Amino acid sequence: MSAAEAEIPADLTRPVAESRSIGRWLYGAAVALLLAWVLVPLYLLLVNTLSSPDAVQGFPKTGFPTLDFGSVNFFLTYEGVGQALLNSVLTAVATMVLAIVLGAPAGYALSRFEFKGKSAFRMLVLMTRAFPLPLLALPLAVMFIQVHLDDTVIGLALVHTTLALPFSVLVTFSIFSGIPVEFEEAAWTLGCTRWQGFRKVLLPLVLPGIAASAVFAFTISWNEVFAASVLTIQNRTLTAFLLQTLDYSPLPLKFAGGAMLVLPALIFIFAVRKYMLSMWGIANR
Amino acid sequence: MAEIRIKSVGKRFGSFTALHSIDLDIADQSFVVLLGASGCGKTTLLRIIAGLETPSTGEVWIGDRRVDHLPPRERGIAMVFQNYAVFPHLTVFENIAFGLRMKKLPQADIDRRVKRTAELMHIEQLLKRYSGQLSGGQRQRVAVARALAMEPDVILMDEPLSNLDALLRLEMRAELKGVLAASRTTTVYVTHDQVEAMSLADRIAVMNAGRIEQAADPVEVYRNPATRFVGGFIGSPPMNFVPATRAGNGGWQAAGLTFAGPAAGDRLDLAVRPEDLTHAAEGFAATVRVIEPLGAHTLVTAEVEGRPFRAVIDSDHRVAPGDVLHLMPRADRIRWFDPETGKAA
Repeated sequence: MSAAEAEIPADLTRPVAESRSIGRWLYGAAVALLLAWVLVPLYLLLVNTLSSPDAVQGFPKTGFPTLDFGSVNFFLTYEGVGQALLNSVLTAVATMVLAIVLGAPAGYALSRFEFKGKSAFRMLVLMTRAFPLPLLALPLAVMFIQVHLDDTVIGLALVHTTLALPFSVLVTFSIFSGIPVEFEEAAWTLGCTRWQGFRKVLLPLVLPGIAASAVFAFTISWNEVFAASVLTIQNRTLTAFLLQTLDYSPLPLKFAGGAMLVLPALIFIFAVRKYMLSMWGIANR
Repeated sequence: MAEIRIKSVGKRFGSFTALHSIDLDIADQSFVVLLGASGCGKTTLLRIIAGLETPSTGEVWIGDRRVDHLPPRERGIAMVFQNYAVFPHLTVFENIAFGLRMKKLPQADIDRRVKRTAELMHIEQLLKRYSGQLSGGQRQRVAVARALAMEPDVILMDEPLSNLDALLRLEMRAELKGVLAASRTTTVYVTHDQVEAMSLADRIAVMNAGRIEQAADPVEVYRNPATRFVGGFIGSPPMNFVPATRAGNGGWQAAGLTFAGPAAGDRLDLAVRPEDLTHAAEGFAATVRVIEPLGAHTLVTAEVEGRPFRAVIDSDHRVAPGDVLHLMPRADRIRWFDPETGKAA
């Protein structure tokens, strides 16, 4: 083999090597472009958040933060921000709890039981994400007003739960599937009821994954702006509040508010990224 | 302590029938091995006894209780799984104590029983470790200790040695036999490994396609297979089969030789084990194809009338491919099978 390779003239191998290096260069460029696409706005957001209001308004830009917390201070003391922040947290926590309480049992059933239409059900769960929310917004708003759920944290949390549910079902499905059923069966033969087996054996093993999926539901609610804007008036969440005041609020407020929204989401998703990748049952099985 | 009675148990998964009306009695304190190739239904039967599957038809009795409607925890069983299922979030101690805690035994009793079974399985130095810090063999020991600590009426084992390497498997096999005999617990053991089955069992139930072909003690299964399938499955290499036709004077004609045989029928298969053939002046004319020296013996793969035919002969005989050997079956070791039904004749 090696002798045969050595006899190939150098000018014949060159085009292959060249096209390979072009491919590698293109790949690198695409990666760099994607990174820039995500990171440049985040960087600008960070720079402007950590600069004084004067520096944010001023020109020319240095591209480096002046490490001044004036903007953050201004944002935190701005009328209505505190309440909006609280609403966002409450909605996100309620969404997180509902999405797990409703989603995890569905994920367990998908993973442990065989039933007719299982794959169709999985597909359907996912397809709910393809349904455009704006189409639903008006009838939903009307219905919410009729049942007095409009402009409430719990009403908005219900909508956010429907958005987060497909993910919590599919992620928990994959997490449960990653635990061999023999662990539960062993628990049953050792004296456990189905519920005890779940609580004493399965739950401790899936808890990190469940927590990750809960955090993801939290993030979905935290970032959601459309339903929040349509369904709340007095009890705005932070996203809706920022959108509403976008026209007239000063620049430092927008930057600090934006950072406030992005930061928790970034941290959370970074913390649970491993579980997100396992959503299709690739990493965890 | 309990005997197990399985009465016409059947199991269907949709249109697939995994078990056809199985009847099996397992005596108190006996060691029964369910032996068969994968997909024969042996694990399904074990899981039905455990209560992890529900039979479609039939009854399961343990002791004097009918248990087929009971959940696993009420059956007085303990099970060892193929992948051991040692709980990764608990220490070895807590794994062994798990079932005892479920029974709400006093702490002193739990300590005593965990200590005793851990000593029995030689894992007392591992009690503080977690599953992730154990080797496969150690996990296996924990799984067995966890089952023994329950002091169950019946221990069920699903291919417990199949994930161990060959040497460890040999060691654990002997140890399991000793421990289980000492505990005098009724044991049902599933395996596809016939050597394991032979060495462990008081009784072997050979299964094929959802039926029990034969349930008897190991030597009986080996010497007197109830069906052609059993003869062709047990033994390494398995039995040789030679078609035979009715000759005059009540004898049978097979590959040019005449043998005494059953009175009834007019077409049978003569069966003989490779080690029951002697190199003689008169016998089946076998053309040698492959020779495999095994030390004490030589395994010869030959052809008799165009059919494969194996013989285990003394390694003193020098043979070469292409030679024609004359192999005579020992008269008392010849068995006969009906080619239509597969049953012994």
